Amino acid sequence: MDTVATMVNLTECTKGCRATVVKLNARGALKQRLVSFGVMKGAKLTLLGYAPAKKTVEIKVGRMRLALRKEEAEMIEVQPDA
Amino acid sequence: MPDNAPVCPVTEKHIRIALVGQPNVGKSMLINSISDARLHVGNFSGVTVEKSEVFFDYKEYHFTVVDLPGTYAFTDYSIEERVTHDFLCNEDYDLIVNVVDSTNLEKNLQLTAELMTMSKKMVLALNMTDEAQKEGIEIDAAYLSQLLGFPAVKVSAAAKTGIEALIETIIEVHEAPRQEAKLIFSEAVEEEVDAIARYLDTHHFKAAISNRNIAINLLQNEKKTYRTLHDLPLWTELQPMLIEADRHIRTHHDTDDIKEVFAEEYAAFVRGVVAETVRVNNPKAQKKSLTDRIDDVLIHPVLGIPIFLLLMWGLFQLTFEVGNIPMEWIDGFFGWLGDVVGNTISNDEIRSLVVDGIISGVGAVVLFTPNIIILFIGIALLESTGYMSRVAFLLDGIFHKFGLHGQSFIPLVTGFGCSIPAYMSARILKNDRDRLLTLFIIGFMSCGARLPVYVLFTGAFFSQSVAGNVLFAIYITGALLGLIAAKVLKLTAFKGVDEPFVMEMPKYRLPSLKLIWHTVLTKTLMYLKKAGTFIAGASMLVWFLSTYPHSDAIEQNYTVQMEKTSEAAGREQLAVERDAAQLEQSFLGRIGKAIEPAFEPIGLNWKLAVALQAGLAAKEVVVSTLGVLYAVGEGASETDKSLVNAIREHIPFASAVSFIVVIMIYLPCLAASVVFTREAGGIKYFIYLFLFTTVTAYALAFIAYRLTLLVTGAPAVLPT
Ligand SMILES: Nc1nc2c(ncn2[C@@H]2O[C@H](COP(=O)(O)OP(=O)(O)OP(=O)(O)O)[C@@H](O)[C@H]2O)c(=O)[nH]1
Ligand SMILES: [Mg+2]
Repeated sequence: MDTVATMVNLTECTKGCRATVVKLNARGALKQRLVSFGVMKGAKLTLLGYAPAKKTVEIKVGRMRLALRKEEAEMIEVQPDA
Repeated sequence: MPDNAPVCPVTEKHIRIALVGQPNVGKSMLINSISDARLHVGNFSGVTVEKSEVFFDYKEYHFTVVDLPGTYAFTDYSIEERVTHDFLCNEDYDLIVNVVDSTNLEKNLQLTAELMTMSKKMVLALNMTDEAQKEGIEIDAAYLSQLLGFPAVKVSAAAKTGIEALIETIIEVHEAPRQEAKLIFSEAVEEEVDAIARYLDTHHFKAAISNRNIAINLLQNEKKTYRTLHDLPLWTELQPMLIEADRHIRTHHDTDDIKEVFAEEYAAFVRGVVAETVRVNNPKAQKKSLTDRIDDVLIHPVLGIPIFLLLMWGLFQLTFEVGNIPMEWIDGFFGWLGDVVGNTISNDEIRSLVVDGIISGVGAVVLFTPNIIILFIGIALLESTGYMSRVAFLLDGIFHKFGLHGQSFIPLVTGFGCSIPAYMSARILKNDRDRLLTLFIIGFMSCGARLPVYVLFTGAFFSQSVAGNVLFAIYITGALLGLIAAKVLKLTAFKGVDEPFVMEMPKYRLPSLKLIWHTVLTKTLMYLKKAGTFIAGASMLVWFLSTYPHSDAIEQNYTVQMEKTSEAAGREQLAVERDAAQLEQSFLGRIGKAIEPAFEPIGLNWKLAVALQAGLAAKEVVVSTLGVLYAVGEGASETDKSLVNAIREHIPFASAVSFIVVIMIYLPCLAASVVFTREAGGIKYFIYLFLFTTVTAYALAFIAYRLTLLVTGAPAVLPT
C-alpha cells in the first residue's frame, strides 16, 4: 500500500501511533534538551498517551519514556509510519 | 611526552574519582554499594542536586568518589547541571567514572561521547546489568571498550555484582598512561579536525592532551580552549581557518547551530557503537512491558488523578489509624517515666525541670514518631517506585494553570517530609523564576515536623473514625492554598514566559525493602536525635522562662486562702488558680501577655502565641512548648496528664482551627529559612517570604476563626 508523505506535528497523532521525526522547530536550550533525549531528525517515536485534557503527552523514544507539554510536542514535526 | 605528565600533582595512592552520568542511572546507589555511604537514592531524575564526596579504602588506595548530579548533556542550564559542568571543568580529579544504564545505552552514550572530548582518563560503568539481563539485552563489554578506547565494566549497584572488577579497573586505568579516546566523526567533521590538528602540529603547538583534542574543542566552540589559544600568535591564522571550517560543517549538516551539528555527530557515533555491541533477544519485546501496563492504569487520563488522591487519602488514613496505636504506649511510657523519675528527685525545682520541662517536652515530640514513620514510608515509596514522575505528568496541566511547572511537584512532595531538602531539590527547575516561585510555595506543603501538631489537634477534637479524613483535608487544603498562592505570585511578582516541560519517566522499579528501611531509618533517627537534643534544650528553656520568676506574694496569698477552705475540691481549684497566676507572671507569661493583643483577633491566647513563636525555631517545638506550658500550668493537681486532654479542655474549637491555619502557612523553621535564603539568593527574598507568609497566615486565620464561630454558633472566648 502506498503511503502519502504527510507531515504533522506530534499532537495530531493518536495514542499508540508510531512516527519518525522530520523536523524540530525548537531552539536553544529546549532543542538541546530534546536532542539529548534522542528526539532529533530521523528518530522513531511512539505516542504512548495523553494526560488529562490533552495538556501533556507521553512518548517513547528508543527505550525511554518522555513527558512533554502540548506546546513542546507541537514543535516536533513527524511523519506517521504506515 | 606531555601526555604522560600527571595533570595535577596528587599524592600517590590517592584516587579521586568524578562520578558522572545521566540522571537516574544509579550513580548514588553505586557509591552506596561500593562504600558504606547512605546517599539519597530515588527512582526519578534529579535526586542528587549537590555534589557530595565519599571516601573509602581499597587495598593500598584511598579513594575519594565525588557523586555529581546527573546531567543529560554536558550543558549548564540548570543549577544542578552547572554543579556537574563546573566540577568537571574546573576541579581536580584523576579520572571520570561514567555510569550508564545498560538498558538504555543509546541515550546514555551520548553523554559519554561528549565526555570523551574532555580527554580525561575514563572508565565506563555499565550499570543495571541485572535489569538488562532480564530484558534480554546483551552487551559485548570487551568490544565496546575496544571501540571507545577505554575500559567498560558490567556492574549492578542493586545486585552488587562487578563492583570489585570496577575498582580494579579504576586502579589499572589510574596507573596506566592516558589513552586517547576513539571518538570518530563524519567525514566532513573529520576533515576539518584533521586540518586544524595538522596546522597545530606544524606550528609545534604542544597541547597538554593532543592537538586533535584541541581541534575538536575549537570546532565545538568550547570557551576554555578558545581562551587559551586566543592570545597566541598563531591565532591570526587559525581564526579564519576556524570560521571557514565552521561554515563548511554547518552547510554539510544543513543547520545554523554548531551545537546541533555535534549532537548529531555524537548520536551517529553512538548509533554505530551500539549497533556493533548490543544484541537484544527478547521474545516478549513486542508485548507490552510491565511499566506500560501499570501506566495504563496509573496515568489514565480520567482515573489517574482520582487514583493519586485515593492513594494520598489512604496514606493519611494509615498515618492516623496505625500511627495512633503505639502512641498510647509511648504516652503511657512517658507518664510512667515522669512518675518514676519524679519520685527519685527530692528537690522540687529540679523535679519540675526534669518532669514538666524535659520529659513533657521531649515526650510530646517522641509521641508522634509512629505517625512520622508512616509518612516517611509513604514518601519513600513515592520516590523509589517511579510514581513521582507520573504524578508530575498528571498534574502538569493543573500546575501549569496555576503558574507552576509540572516538575515543581518533586520539590513540593519532598516538602511534605522536610522543607530543607525540598528547597534544594527545586534546583531541578531550569528557569529561575519557576524555581523562586516553587521556593515560595514549598512552605504550604506541611512538613513532617508539623504533622504532630495536626495529629494532636485532630485527635483532640475529632473521633478516631474521622480524624484521618480531617488530617487528609488539612494537607489537601494546604496544597490548594499553595496553588492559589502560586497563581497570585505568578500574576504579580513572577510574571514571565512559561518554561517548557520535558521530563523523563523512569520505568517502575520495585524498591528493595533494604532501601526503604535505610531511607526511613535515617530520617527517623534524625527526628529522634533532634527530640533528644534540640527539643530537650528548647523545652528546658521554655520551662525556665515559664517557671521564673517565682512570686512569693502569690504563693502566700493562695496558701492563706487554701487554709481557710475546708473541702478538698475547693482547695484543688485554688491550687489550679495559683499555678495559672504564677505562670502568667513568669518571664514567658509576661512576654506572652505583651503579644497577646495581636493574637486575640484570631482567637489565640498567649500560650498558643508563644508556642507559635517557639515554632519558628523548629516546628516540633510547638508541641513540646504546649506540653511544657500545659504541664507547668496544671501543676500536680491534674489526674489525667495527657496533652490531648489538656488541649480539648482548654482550647475552644474555633481557636484550634485558627491555630492550625497559622501552623499551615506561617514561616518555616529557622534551619529551613536559612536554606531558603541561600537557595533563593539573598536576604531580600527571606523578607518577602516573611511578609508573604505572615500576612497570609494572619488573614486566613482570622477568616477561619470568624467562620468557625459563625458556623458553630460558639461565643468568642479565648483559650485558657
Ligand atoms: N535494578 C537495578 N536498579 C538500580 C541499579 N542501580 C540503581 N538502581 C535504581 O535506579 C534508581 C536511580 O538510582 P540513583 O542512585 O538515585 O540514581 P542517580 O544516578 O544517582 O540519579 P540522580 O541523582 O538523579 O542523577 C533507583 O531507583 C535505584 O534503586 C541496578 O544496578 N539495578
Ligand atoms: Mg544521585
